[in-house]
Amino acid sequence: MTGIFAIHWQWLLAIVLMGLMVYTTRFSGLLLMRGVEVKGRMKAELDAVPPSVLTAVIAPTVFMTGHAETIAAVLTAVVAVFRAPLLVTILTGVVSVVALRGLGV
Amino acid sequence: MSAIVYTGASQFVAIDMWREPLPIILLVVTTLGVSMRHVLMSASIARHLSPIKKAWHPFIIYFLTDEAWAIAERRALVRPLTLGYFLGVAVPLWPTWFLSSALGAFLGKALGDPAVIGLDFAFAAMFIAILVGFWKGPRTGAVIAASAIAAVLGKLNLPGPWFIMLGGITGVVVAVLVHEEREA
Repeated sequence: MTGIFAIHWQWLLAIVLMGLMVYTTRFSGLLLMRGVEVKGRMKAELDAVPPSVLTAVIAPTVFMTGHAETIAAVLTAVVAVFRAPLLVTILTGVVSVVALRGLGV
Repeated sequence: MSAIVYTGASQFVAIDMWREPLPIILLVVTTLGVSMRHVLMSASIARHLSPIKKAWHPFIIYFLTDEAWAIAERRALVRPLTLGYFLGVAVPLWPTWFLSSALGAFLGKALGDPAVIGLDFAFAAMFIAILVGFWKGPRTGAVIAASAIAAVLGKLNLPGPWFIMLGGITGVVVAVLVHEEREA
């Protein structure tokens, strides 16, 4: 009984510390930017963060998984360019990836 | 765990490392590494939070997931962020996340492989949809191309999710380069 209890105490500690790390990274950007005037080069940098990070997150899925994923990604982007609602765009990606995998692409 | 360590990426990595005796320090350091992208994300969202009272910032930033951040950044292109909008986008995700984590833990393998119905691609599809909204011409193309190439190279050569930082920072560096070119 004590054994299991001791193990779970460690689990809790690990989880709380990990949560603290995540929160620290999320909060540090706010601290970093406190009192910084955003213009010129700084603005260009910050403007680039969303497209750049979004791309980096999905690049392995899109380019390194298989042809089905790459083609589905292109189809999704085309639908998105035509300003389809978010849900329609996501469904396009999901349906086309299933279809393409089904075709053995 | 899903309620406190509110980020998918770190949890997946941590589950891989979960053994007895628990490598707590390794877990904590790895979580820090996996979460470094949040520094970029919160720095970029910071300037859009000015319409929201400062006292709220430490609270709402807890809910800054990749998804909430992406949607909030997209919204900020069109109109100023409000407290209501941010909370509405970000907070419902939180119980959804840990309740569905719990559900998944109970149902487990009975659910089968999510790839069969393409659910594994839904996240990428959503990010593509949001990404398209950030298009502002060829300079955005340069940022995206640089980030994609760096992320793929990073995925091949770096451990864990460091490819995100590599791609993210490469894209920003390219943005600065093309920015100065334009002004010169």
